[in-house]
Amino acid sequence: MRYGALLILLSGLVALLFCASLLIGPAALGFGESVQALLSGKGEAAVLVMREIRLPRALLGVMLGASLGLSGAAMQGYLRNPLAEPGLIGVSSSAALGAVLALQTGLAAAFALALPLMALAGAVISVLLLLMLAGPRGSSLTLILAGIAVSAFAGALTSLVLNLSPNPYAAAEIVFWMLGSLSDRSFTHVWLALPFMAAGAALLATLARGLDALTLGEDAAQALGISLSRLRLVLVAGVAASIGAGVAVAGAVGFIGLVVPHLLRPLVGARPGRLLAASALGGAAMLLAADIAVRLITPDRDLKLGVLTALVGAPLFLHLIYKTRREGL
Amino acid sequence: MTDLLTLSDLTVRRGDCPVVDHVSLTVRGGEFVGLIGPNGAGKTTLMRGALGLLPATGHSSLAALPARDRARAAAWLPQMREIAWPVDVETVVALGRTPHIGARGLSDADRAEVDKALHWLDLDAFRHRTATQLSGGEQARVLIARTLAQGAPLVLADEPIAGLDPAHQIATMQVFRDLADQGRAVIASLHDLGLAARLCTRLVLLGQGRVVAEGAPRDVLTEANLREVFHLRAHYADTPDGPVFQPLEVIR
Repeated sequence: MRYGALLILLSGLVALLFCASLLIGPAALGFGESVQALLSGKGEAAVLVMREIRLPRALLGVMLGASLGLSGAAMQGYLRNPLAEPGLIGVSSSAALGAVLALQTGLAAAFALALPLMALAGAVISVLLLLMLAGPRGSSLTLILAGIAVSAFAGALTSLVLNLSPNPYAAAEIVFWMLGSLSDRSFTHVWLALPFMAAGAALLATLARGLDALTLGEDAAQALGISLSRLRLVLVAGVAASIGAGVAVAGAVGFIGLVVPHLLRPLVGARPGRLLAASALGGAAMLLAADIAVRLITPDRDLKLGVLTALVGAPLFLHLIYKTRREGL
Repeated sequence: MTDLLTLSDLTVRRGDCPVVDHVSLTVRGGEFVGLIGPNGAGKTTLMRGALGLLPATGHSSLAALPARDRARAAAWLPQMREIAWPVDVETVVALGRTPHIGARGLSDADRAEVDKALHWLDLDAFRHRTATQLSGGEQARVLIARTLAQGAPLVLADEPIAGLDPAHQIATMQVFRDLADQGRAVIASLHDLGLAARLCTRLVLLGQGRVVAEGAPRDVLTEANLREVFHLRAHYADTPDGPVFQPLEVIR
């Protein structure tokens, strides 16, 4: 399939799922009523539902999915490994730790933005720590090792907080938050995440040529005029901004960043540069679909988005591994 | 002919130990320089140091250039043959154009260079095959084509003919020689001294990081040099078919 056609197809899919996401929800609104409320602002309750609940949710779905897909494709391209995922550099677990601390200390209850802001602070601290550990130059291996160390430490601290939590309700709240969800989000969340995600995407989009060159290995890429230290810095900053903001507004949603690039790779001729845009669109589509499914499967119980993506993602990934093995690659 | 690479007192250390020790070398257009020496003599390190891929002291005219200019001045074929993703052969070879392409992607001139490189390495039939599904030797030729597509006046290649069948070894060496005859230059580390003697215009013999000898093949592959550096006894003869070199036995 031609690359341009693929991007148009994926964009169409995202647009379709975005509309579907706007039309599905517990408030029983008719199709015409929904559209009219969204566009013209007529009908009090419907306007509120459409503009304050469903629209931010759908927008966050697109933003979060695109960030996850794009970051996943960039990480896999940089590490030249189809098993890499955005969480590998420790940003998501550190952002989660920040959010957990906000919940535990009661800051999140006192001040609505405390949770996402603490999560972002966690992401920033983890990136500084990561760059300090991995050093200014050096191979991708040092970056993975530093990422695993940061990730493990943040995970341990999160467990410690849960462990020492005196209040079982707070512990339950933390656990549920960590499962990842887009329900009950508002435009505040959209405006908070948007600048970070946009900056992250802008950074990652510049990496296409460098990631293509890395197909030949680090030495060859460097001799082709690619600055590896700059590429790594841009990659870490871009992934951290995208993923940190994602965790801040939605909790941990896994598997999208791992599965989407893997799924789309054969359709872009395996070129890591082209995979970036395709994965961003594919991630948005998959996340919107998952968020719609969450609302359709259990309308009255709050099934968490992160649970669903893992439930669907893991078998899908196993199938892909099986297929890869059969092809003898 | 112009100087394409000048090294003066280039030294690369690993810890305290100098792996490349005060090497000075000038390579001009029209030369096919064979870099020979036993394992661990510093051939790879010398080339990587010259390219600025390793921190080095002394001077290298290439390492002094900004990254993009250097990529246009010299192409590098690493020993490690890596093709990380199942992309097609044409895509791999087109990566050689990375230092030349602007925001619009490959131009017609870029595509012409890619076609020429594919043809040189006898890869026309492989153009749309998936590179990772080819045999090791075929992948090696794809990567050599990628290096040539870069269009740089100087090519540095680390054991370019290792793992190729005999016909493709000779053909590849001949491609390098043709490049030199066209006024470009090639520096290649080689273990096949017979082919080096036949096709290189100059040999540089490295031993323990130092240049032990350099010059025309017959002046470098002397009995004394072979004994001291390679611990080998060999047969060397100038025949109507050109120089013939055959290692005979190991001297302990």
